[in-house]
Amino acid sequence: MRLAAFDEMLPEVSGLRQPYSAYDRWLKEQDPARLTEKMQDAERVFRKTGITFAVYGEQEASERLIPFDIVPRIISGNEWRRLTQGIEQRVQALNAFLDDIYHRQEILRAGRVPRELIAKNEAFLPEMIGVRPPAGVYTHIIGVDIVRISENEFYVLEDNARTPSGVSYMLENRETMMQLFPELFQQIKVRPVENYPQLLRQSLAAVRPQSTKGAPTIAVLTPGSFNSAYFEHAFLADQMGVQLVEGQDLRVVDGHVAMRTTEGYKRIDVLYRRVDDSFLDPLTFRPDSALGVPGIMDVYRAGNITIANAPGTGIADDKAIYSYMPEIVEFYTGRKAILGNIPTWRCSEPDSLKYVLEHIHELVIKEVHGSGGYGMLVGPAATKKECEEFAKKLAAKPSNYIAQPTLALSTCPILTEKGLAPRHVDLRPYVLVSDRIQIVPGGLTRVALKEGSLVVNSSQGGGTKDTWVLDD
Amino acid sequence: MLLGRTANGLYWMNRYIERAENMARLVDAGLRMALTRTQSASEEWSSVLLSAGSDVAFTQKYSEYTAANVADFLLRDVSNPSSTMASIETARNNARMVRTALTRETWESINEAWMSLKRMLAKPIDERDLPSVLDAIKRETALIRGSFYGTMLRNEIFDFSQLGTYVERADNTARILDVKYYVLLPSISWVGSTLDNYQWESILRSVSAHRSYRWVYEADYKPTNIADYLILNVRMPRSLTFCYRFLSEHLKFLGDDYGERQACHATAEKTQAMLRAGSIKDIFDTGLHEFLANFILDNTKLGDEIAQDYKFN
Repeated sequence: MRLAAFDEMLPEVSGLRQPYSAYDRWLKEQDPARLTEKMQDAERVFRKTGITFAVYGEQEASERLIPFDIVPRIISGNEWRRLTQGIEQRVQALNAFLDDIYHRQEILRAGRVPRELIAKNEAFLPEMIGVRPPAGVYTHIIGVDIVRISENEFYVLEDNARTPSGVSYMLENRETMMQLFPELFQQIKVRPVENYPQLLRQSLAAVRPQSTKGAPTIAVLTPGSFNSAYFEHAFLADQMGVQLVEGQDLRVVDGHVAMRTTEGYKRIDVLYRRVDDSFLDPLTFRPDSALGVPGIMDVYRAGNITIANAPGTGIADDKAIYSYMPEIVEFYTGRKAILGNIPTWRCSEPDSLKYVLEHIHELVIKEVHGSGGYGMLVGPAATKKECEEFAKKLAAKPSNYIAQPTLALSTCPILTEKGLAPRHVDLRPYVLVSDRIQIVPGGLTRVALKEGSLVVNSSQGGGTKDTWVLDD
Repeated sequence: MLLGRTANGLYWMNRYIERAENMARLVDAGLRMALTRTQSASEEWSSVLLSAGSDVAFTQKYSEYTAANVADFLLRDVSNPSSTMASIETARNNARMVRTALTRETWESINEAWMSLKRMLAKPIDERDLPSVLDAIKRETALIRGSFYGTMLRNEIFDFSQLGTYVERADNTARILDVKYYVLLPSISWVGSTLDNYQWESILRSVSAHRSYRWVYEADYKPTNIADYLILNVRMPRSLTFCYRFLSEHLKFLGDDYGERQACHATAEKTQAMLRAGSIKDIFDTGLHEFLANFILDNTKLGDEIAQDYKFN
C-alpha cells in the first residue's frame, strides 16, 4: 500500500519548497558519482569512530551501523519557531503533571485522567510519592517524537520522558556532514547544534542538590559497554567532560553516592542515568539488578543527589497516558495544546476495542509499554494472517494496546542508486529542562529506508539524516 | 580524578596491545629460523610456543609443530586468550570501556586495528601471506602506539597505561630469555664462549633487537652479551632495566600526584635497584634461570600491588 504523502522537499502539487531551494541549487551542480563516493566516506567515518549500536537478539551482527543518508532534512526558521512553542508548552505540562501525580493528584481529583490508569501502571513509582526532586525538575532531558503530514500539520507521536537516546547521532551526523560537504555550510546558514553537550552539562549543574558545595560533580551512569546505546553514553560523558560510571563503581558512602576512584571514594552530586528505573536501586526495585546502586533512593529522598531523569517519569510518556496529553496540557498550562496528538483509540475502552478490531487492517497498533518498534502492528503493511494473530493478542489483553490511524508521514528524499527517492521520516528534537527550557535547533531525523515503510526505528531498518534548522 | 575501573581498563588495554605485538614478534622469529634451518623447524616452533607460554594449550589442540599450526594458534585462535586476535579484541573491549579517557585518535587507531585484523585473520593464513600478515600486525600496533604517544596528555591516564605496557613487556622479555636460553645453550660451560649459531639470533629477533645488538656489541652472538643486553642495558627498549626505569618513573608521578607512596613503589624500586647494581657476571654466578624466575614473580607481584593500591583489583 502506498500512501499519498507530503514530501518536504518536492511536494507533488506545489513544486520545490522554499527551505530546500539553496540546497537544491547546490545538489544540481553535483556529480552523482561524487555523491555516491561521499556516501561511502560517511560509512567509513562512522565505522572508524565506532558509532555503532547493538541489536538485541542478533548474535552475529552485535555491532551495527545506523545507516546515514547524506541528504539533509531541512526546516525553516519559521517552522522551527512554531514547533518549539508547542514543545515548550508540552514539556512544561509533562513536568507539572509529574509533580502533581506524585503529590496532590489534582488532575485525578478533577477527573481529567482516570485514577486506575495511574494506580495500576507499572511506570508509576509509589516510592516517588511525596518526593520533590532538586529544583523541582522531573524530566531534565526529553526527546519529543514529531511527525508531519502536510505543510502545516505536525503531531506528537510520543513523548520520551525517561531516557531518550539518539542525541549523539544528531551531533555526529552534523559533524559528518560538515566533514563531507564543508562548502554547503558556507553557502547555507544552518543553526549550530554542537553546543548540546555544554548545554546539557550546564543544565545538569543547574539542578544540583542544594547541599552541593562548590562546583557539582556530574557523572553519566551506563549499564555498561554491552548496552546498545553505550557509544552514546561514552560520547556524552566525554563531550561534557564528566565521568562515565557503571553501577559497580558506585556505592553509598556517608549518605552520599560516591564513585570509586584511584584515590578512594569521591562524592557525586548529579547523576545522568541511562539505566532504567527498575535497575536503579536493587534495595528498592529489582533486587537482582547489578546495574544500579544499592541505597541510591535513600540518598535521593534525602535530597543529596540529583537523578536525571527522575525515577518514575515513565508515567508521563506511557502510551496509555499519551492519549490524555491534550487534556493534560490544557489542565496545567491553561491553554489548548499547540502541538496536537495523533488521534488514539484506547483499546481498554470497549467501544474503541470494537472499532480497532474491525479496522485492524487500517491501523497502527502499539503495546502500551513497548518501545523501539517492537511488538507493534502496522495494519496496512501486515498480511491477513499477521492481522488475525495480532487481533487474538489484542482481544486477550486489550488494556495492553492503543491504536492510531496509519498516517501518511511526510517524506524526505534519500540518495539511492537510482537517484533521489522519497522516504518517510519523523523528527526527535531534544529538550533540556533546568530553571529554563532549552531546545537545540535541530534533532534526530529518522528515516524508513525501505520504500513505502513507515517504521523509522533503527532496530527495524531505519536510518538517520542530518537535520537542519535554517537561520533565516 | 580517575575511576578505579578506568585505571584497570587502561592498564589491561595496554598489556594486551603489547601482548598482541609480542605474539607477532615470536612468530616472526620462529618463521625466520624455520626458513633458515629447515631440519630443526619443529624444535624452533616448539620453543616459540614455550616462550609464549602456550605450549600446553597448543599440544592439546595440535599434534604437529608446523608454521601453519603455530601461526594459527598464536595469531588468530580466539580460544587462546593470548593470541594476537584475542589480545586485540580484549584491548579493544577495554578501550571501549575507557573511551572517555582516550583521545579520539587513540581510540580510532585501536578500533581500526581491530577491524583490519579481524578481517585479515578471519580465515587461516596462507603460509605465503604470513610475512605480510606479521608486518600488518606490527604496523597496526605501531599506529596505536604512535597516536597514543602523539596525542595523549601526560597525566595519570598516561601513567596507568604505561604501567600496563611495561609490566607486560618486562614479563615477555624475561620469559623469552628464560625459555630460549636453555633450549639453545648446549652446556652451561659454553656460556662465555662465542657461538657460531644462528639460532641465537632468534632470541634477539623475538624482541626485535637483532640489528641493534650489533650496534652495541661486536658482531658475534655471545650468550653473556645477549643476556646483558636484554637484562641490563638501559637503552634497549625491551630490556628489563629499561622497563623498570619507566615503571619507576610513572609510579613516581602517580605517587607525587596523589601525595602518597604505596606498596607498589617499594616493590618497583627494589627491583630497579637490583637491576642497577647487578652485573651480568653476578647474575650468572647466582644462576640465570633463578634470577629470571624471581624476576617474573616480582614483576607479577608488582602488577597485583598496582591494582590493589590504585583500587582497580
